[in-house]
Amino acid sequence: MTVDEFARQLRLGHVTSARATDDCLERIASLDPALNAFIHVMAAEARRDAQARDAELAAGHDRGPLHGVPISVKDLFDVAGTVTTAASRVREGLVALTDGPLITRLRQAGAVLMGKTNLHEFALGPTNEDSAFGPTRHPLDPSRMSGGSSGGSAVSVATGMALATLGSDTGGSIRIPAALCGIVGLKPTAGELPIEGAVPLSRTLDHTGPLTQTVTDAWHVFHALRGDTVVKPLSESPLDSLRLGVPRAYFCDVLDVEVRAVFDRTLAQLQRTGVTIVDVDIPHASALAAVYSVIVFGDAAAYHADTLEAHADRYTTPVRLRLEMARYVLAEDYVRGLDGRQALRREVDTALSGIDALVLPTVPVPAPAIGASTVTLNGKDEPVRNLLLRLTQLFNVTGHPALSLPMGTTAEGLPMGLQLAGTRGQTDALLHVAKAVETAINR
Amino acid sequence: MTVQEWLKAAIADAERRGLSDLKPLLDGLAQSITALRNAGFGGRAHDR
Repeated sequence: MTVDEFARQLRLGHVTSARATDDCLERIASLDPALNAFIHVMAAEARRDAQARDAELAAGHDRGPLHGVPISVKDLFDVAGTVTTAASRVREGLVALTDGPLITRLRQAGAVLMGKTNLHEFALGPTNEDSAFGPTRHPLDPSRMSGGSSGGSAVSVATGMALATLGSDTGGSIRIPAALCGIVGLKPTAGELPIEGAVPLSRTLDHTGPLTQTVTDAWHVFHALRGDTVVKPLSESPLDSLRLGVPRAYFCDVLDVEVRAVFDRTLAQLQRTGVTIVDVDIPHASALAAVYSVIVFGDAAAYHADTLEAHADRYTTPVRLRLEMARYVLAEDYVRGLDGRQALRREVDTALSGIDALVLPTVPVPAPAIGASTVTLNGKDEPVRNLLLRLTQLFNVTGHPALSLPMGTTAEGLPMGLQLAGTRGQTDALLHVAKAVETAINR
Repeated sequence: MTVQEWLKAAIADAERRGLSDLKPLLDGLAQSITALRNAGFGGRAHDR
């Protein structure tokens, strides 16, 4: 059940928050042992809060669309009374004393917190394999990765263990697992939602946002996270007035054959509904990965330096090695990265001139196998990590809002995502576009 | 320092610290830094 449908059924008296919460807890008990989406399940608190939300509604106190909605939280965010593990033994025993601001807003909106979800350790990875608590597994094929770093969050929503979730996104960590698991993931404009109250990866590139089953649900959760109390309903942009730009060079160069076929088919389908598709260019796209890397590594190195000196053995080995490597980034190259960020931001602004959104695949491949270090595309072995980040990291670097929604599946049934990116500061407008595109795809 | 000089120093330091496993990661980072420097972002003291 979607958040939107739950809200409707709740107010018709056909469902209660207590019932929905119990259903989610039953799914967690049944499915999570195999999928490993959760680090900490807050069963007693969730049941207590669900009963309280039902009593409130019965007394006439309606908090809005998230009233009584079971929601999971990536274990990067402080929830008072629980350990914020960041999926690392480094943070054992570090109980959060207060809720972070986004958790406070979720509670004020009436959400019922189901628990803390698994992630790639310290969010430093797009596969969700490296975690002190083991990898999160793909809900349709547990031999495959969920994607990350908000992998546990994505799996919790894809399987109905929660109706929505809160994630973070530094290079694609909301959109990548959303695409691989077949749900919606929204990275708003940089700075639009607070990053305080969450363990940072890169103070320059970190974003926070929701993963949900539908674009309408993303609208509801996004506005609750903003603290908005009065929100207009989400409308669809008229399809025959939409102009979408495809950044072909670099972003469509390295794609799995099925991803390319479904992407091309989706564009053709949109064109048949009246959408105008044009080609656009990001001239410095080939330098994107380098710009992203030096900024993330420089920021992460500063945050982890003391802990690497004192407690290196508490990290998972792959994450520890990447953080140790990060400490060798020179200041002059970090500054070059910041200059590159400005240049890429201007190029995306230019590309968006006269169009409503950029459109491209979210991830070049369907979910790879757990343990795979490379994927063979067009006869060439491509590193999995680089592939997963390739199409999403641009919008972390530039700060433009970006969203992934399902665009189809492979012949084996593995989901693929379509990414839309909009004008900075206009996340709402992007959601209007996304709603129209979602409707067109699902016709 | 050039990227090659940086890489040589980084690998030597990593080996001194018992982190020889860093070598392939540092090789990858060197490729990124080369691409970054070749992109020519930012100004230079001798630019007009």
